[in-house]
Amino acid sequence: MTHTDTDMLVIAGRPYQSRLLTGTGKFKDLEETRKATEAAGSKIVTVAIRRTNIGQDPEQPNLLDVLPPERYTILPNTAGCYTADDAVRTLQLARELLDGHKLVKLEVLGDQKTLFPDVVQTLEAAERLVADGFDVMVYTSDDPLLARRLEQIGCVAIMPLAAPIGSGLGIQNRYNLLEIVENAKVPVLVDAGVGTASDAAIAMELGCDGVLMNTAIAGARDPILMAHAMKLAIQAGRAAFRAGRIPRKRYASASSPIDGTIG
Amino acid sequence: MKITLNGESHEVADELRLDALLESSGYANKRVAVEINRQIVPRSRYSEHQLKPDDRIEIVHAIGGG
Repeated sequence: MTHTDTDMLVIAGRPYQSRLLTGTGKFKDLEETRKATEAAGSKIVTVAIRRTNIGQDPEQPNLLDVLPPERYTILPNTAGCYTADDAVRTLQLARELLDGHKLVKLEVLGDQKTLFPDVVQTLEAAERLVADGFDVMVYTSDDPLLARRLEQIGCVAIMPLAAPIGSGLGIQNRYNLLEIVENAKVPVLVDAGVGTASDAAIAMELGCDGVLMNTAIAGARDPILMAHAMKLAIQAGRAAFRAGRIPRKRYASASSPIDGTIG
Repeated sequence: MKITLNGESHEVADELRLDALLESSGYANKRVAVEINRQIVPRSRYSEHQLKPDDRIEIVHAIGGG
């Protein structure tokens, strides 16, 4: 038994063995999606809800065939929604699609260039979804006051960005994240901006409860190897956070005892 | 009669029920959700739901996304 066995991510009362949540977009094909998800060890995977292609062969394999809801917690998102109305409507369809499934990822975007969240629409959608019985994990900007407000509304996880979606810029806002983490009573997960394994580790060392990523894995030259790297980074960062890092000092502090040196 | 299916106009038989539309589109027993005129139709009611002229029907499924 290792320390990690009991250190579960708990969202809306349900424990998950992995603190790495992965998206399923931008992969080459469903087989790569499946392999990368497996290599990441993620238990919660996001999906988008879109119109079917009428006329296309419906016998094509479906995402939910390779990532069956019996094995993974499917987290439908509202990617591409720019209004609270569209987001609520999308997630109501998702609930029907997934047989009453309540855990969802809310994101309401406000700008096509930055994909920054429209926080006014996000707040409105969050209120409506919570009132409608959803467990809402919410993508938001890194504003600590907004995070608090979303928690007060009843969101089950706060998911601030670390940098713009898909930018791979890494953790650009560690003090904001720290402020959010220290004040939140629900899990805080970095959602968006991670570029490589060290970024994920930094998020976890700051005390984040998890990281949700897609492009950093799917866009890597070898997505399956990067998924593996992210899994290790999340575990290492979490362990380091729990272990407690040493304080930073300006000058050296010898590792070997001074007493008993010869001469 | 004319209906709008996922944003495109389609000519279908009068008196068509939703389950027959899904069947003919290849979505029988597939994991989809259906909205008609912005109202979700639960799976349990597909067989009794009668389509009407100018219905706006959305059939959605889950695809890869982050």
